[in-house]
Amino acid sequence: MNNFKVLMNGIVKENPTFVLLLGMCPTLGTTSSAVNGMGMGLATAFVLICSNVVISSIKNLIPDMVRIPAFVVVIASFVTLLQMVMQAYVPALYATLGLFIPLIVVNCILLGRAEAFAAKNNPLASLFDGVGMGLGFTIALTLLGAIRELLGTGKVFNFIIFPEGYGMLVFVLAPGAFIALGYLIALINRLKKA
Amino acid sequence: MIFISAIFVNNIVLSQFLGICPFLGVSKKVETALGMGAAVAFVLTIATIVTFLIQKFVLDAFGLQYLQTITFILVIAALVQMVEIILKKVSPALYQALGVFLPLITTNCCILGVAILVIQKDFNLLTGVVYAFSTALGFGLALVIFAGLREQMSLVKIPKGMEGTPIALITAGLLAMAFMGFSGVV
Repeated sequence: MNNFKVLMNGIVKENPTFVLLLGMCPTLGTTSSAVNGMGMGLATAFVLICSNVVISSIKNLIPDMVRIPAFVVVIASFVTLLQMVMQAYVPALYATLGLFIPLIVVNCILLGRAEAFAAKNNPLASLFDGVGMGLGFTIALTLLGAIRELLGTGKVFNFIIFPEGYGMLVFVLAPGAFIALGYLIALINRLKKA
Repeated sequence: MIFISAIFVNNIVLSQFLGICPFLGVSKKVETALGMGAAVAFVLTIATIVTFLIQKFVLDAFGLQYLQTITFILVIAALVQMVEIILKKVSPALYQALGVFLPLITTNCCILGVAILVIQKDFNLLTGVVYAFSTALGFGLALVIFAGLREQMSLVKIPKGMEGTPIALITAGLLAMAFMGFSGVV
């Protein structure tokens, strides 16, 4: 029951993107389409789950003074692992996401959760926290990607909703990312108050 | 050419989406924005030189390219610490000005991002340094303009749901659109 609460906390109440506003760079940079957004979200979720579990298992072995560098090394190892796996099995996605895969290391969500949750809780709870936060991030990125793809090109997940000629190209480009996310957060703020 | 392109056309924040966190976080006042911009320019230039040398003489020489991510982030973290200590000793005035921003820089993704980009684009050391420095200038420029806009914005009435982050993001979007006007210049 308690673990379920932890899980939902990450998806809804403390959604990393919409509520905590962590990890803005990949959120804006990789959501030019729903597929890219989802790929980035899942990649981050994978690293988050692994690093959360490992960090909470070894938290008692790490002296307090050097805990931040130690966390960073754990996270960076999993990112390297992810880079190799993605290069081998989904090279096309790896090429589109490009620079943002190694940049998962400096995504504030990872270090934030390691410090705020994994360093204080047992591995099982940390696993659920990782899954919850990872899913919350994935959902947010997929949603933003779908909105931008729809407004920009008239497709969602490559299914054509309306002809491409009506699309507003600006939503696929940089300014559209900021504007779409701004309105999305405004909408969520409004829904929360209601 | 690289200089102009990195500052205006491919502005690191507004068209490459790196370093958004400090862009949104420390842009409430023009002064803090200037401080952050200066700190980033300083660390970014040094970090690029050091990571470049490490890549060429350690990782490439021993065929360890897959350790790039881990090595770079550790080097950057250590470097930031070192810069902090040295500044404290050598120039307390500068340390006073930049001090608070230095620890934040480790997790600024534009440092690691630029370090990796320089390697990926196969720049030589000189071009790499010019690129890093002008990228940092572009970051500072975007940050200061944005902070100026936000200072003005705190004076006007904003619809309730749009307060805070949403309006900041939409402003950033319009700013990005303005910067798109530079595309094609170089």
